[in-house]
Amino acid sequence: MSEHHHDPHDPHGDHHHDGDEMHATFKGYMTGFILSVILTAIPFWVVMAKVFDKSSTTAIVILAFAAVQIVVHMVYFLHMDAKSQGGWNMLALIFTLVLVVITLTGSLWVMYHLDHNMMPGMMPHEMRIKP
Amino acid sequence: MNAPHGGATAAPAAAAPSFYLTKEHHPENGTLLGFWLYLMSDCLVFACLFACYGVLGRNYAAGPSGADLFELPLVALNTALLLFSSITYGFAMLEMQRQRKGAVLMWLFITGLFGAGFLGIELYEFAHLIHEGAGPQRSAFLSSFFTLVGTHGLHVTFGIVWLITLMVQVGKHGLIPANRRRLMCLSMFWHFLDVVWIGVFTFVYLMGVLP
Repeated sequence: MSEHHHDPHDPHGDHHHDGDEMHATFKGYMTGFILSVILTAIPFWVVMAKVFDKSSTTAIVILAFAAVQIVVHMVYFLHMDAKSQGGWNMLALIFTLVLVVITLTGSLWVMYHLDHNMMPGMMPHEMRIKP
Repeated sequence: MNAPHGGATAAPAAAAPSFYLTKEHHPENGTLLGFWLYLMSDCLVFACLFACYGVLGRNYAAGPSGADLFELPLVALNTALLLFSSITYGFAMLEMQRQRKGAVLMWLFITGLFGAGFLGIELYEFAHLIHEGAGPQRSAFLSSFFTLVGTHGLHVTFGIVWLITLMVQVGKHGLIPANRRRLMCLSMFWHFLDVVWIGVFTFVYLMGVLP
C-alpha cells in the first residue's frame, strides 16, 4: 500500500500517528464495558429495590457511582491520560471540569437561597401585615 | 510582488533550521485535539442544561412529578442499548486498527442499530408523556426535562447521521487516513454521548423518582 510506503517520510501522514495515539485494545474495551455494566446496575438496583430509607443517602450513593463510571468511560473508552496530545487534552478537560463545577454548584446554591429567602411571608410588605 | 527576491531568501531560511520550531509546529494530530475542544464546549452546553434542570427539576406546578412519570425499566433498557453501542463502536475501532474494512462496516452497522433503538425508545417515551398531558409546556420541571433529554437525543440523532455518512465513505474509499481520522472523531463523540447519558440517567431519572 502506498501510504505504508510513504509513512516514515511523510510527517503529515495521519496513519502513522493514529496507531501510536489510540492504544485501543480488546482487553481495555472489555474492562471498561464490564466495569460500566456493574457501575450502572448497582445504582438502578439501589433505587428500584429501595435499599436505603433516606432519599439523601440514595442520592449521594448513586451520584458517587456516576462519578466513578464517568472516570471509567474517560479512561477506557475515550483513552484519556495525562500524555495524550502532549497533555493538552487533560488541560482542556480540567479547565472544563472547573467551569462545570462552578456552573452547577453556583446555580444550585444561588437559586436555593433565592427560593429560601423569597418564601411566602418573608417579603417586606407581608412582614408588616402578618405579625 | 518580488518573486525572485522571495525565492532567493527561501533557500537560506530552509538552511537555517533554528528559525523553525520543529517540535511545536507539528502537533501529533491536531484534528483530534480540536475535536476534543469541541466536545469540552459541548460539555459546557450540557452543564448549563443540567444546572437548569437542577434548579427547576422540582417545580411541578401541581402537575405530575418524576416519580409519577418515569418508567425505570425502560430507562434501564435505554442505558443498556447505549452502553452496548459504545462497546460495539470500540470493536469497530479495533477492526480499523487491523485494517479490516468489512468488519468495521459490520460493527458500525450494529452500533447504528443500537443507537436507533435508543432513539426509538426515547421518542416512544416522549410521545407517551405528551399524550398523557405531561408535555414540555406543563411545568418548569417538564420544560427542563424535555430540553435536557431532548438535546442529548438530538446529539444521538446527529451521531447516527454521521455514522451512516462514514459507513458510505468507508464503503466507497476504504480505510484511508482521512476516514480513519473521521472514525476516531466519531468514536470520541459517541463515547462522549454515553458519558453525558450517565449524568442524565443518574441525575434526572434515578434521582427524579426518589421520594
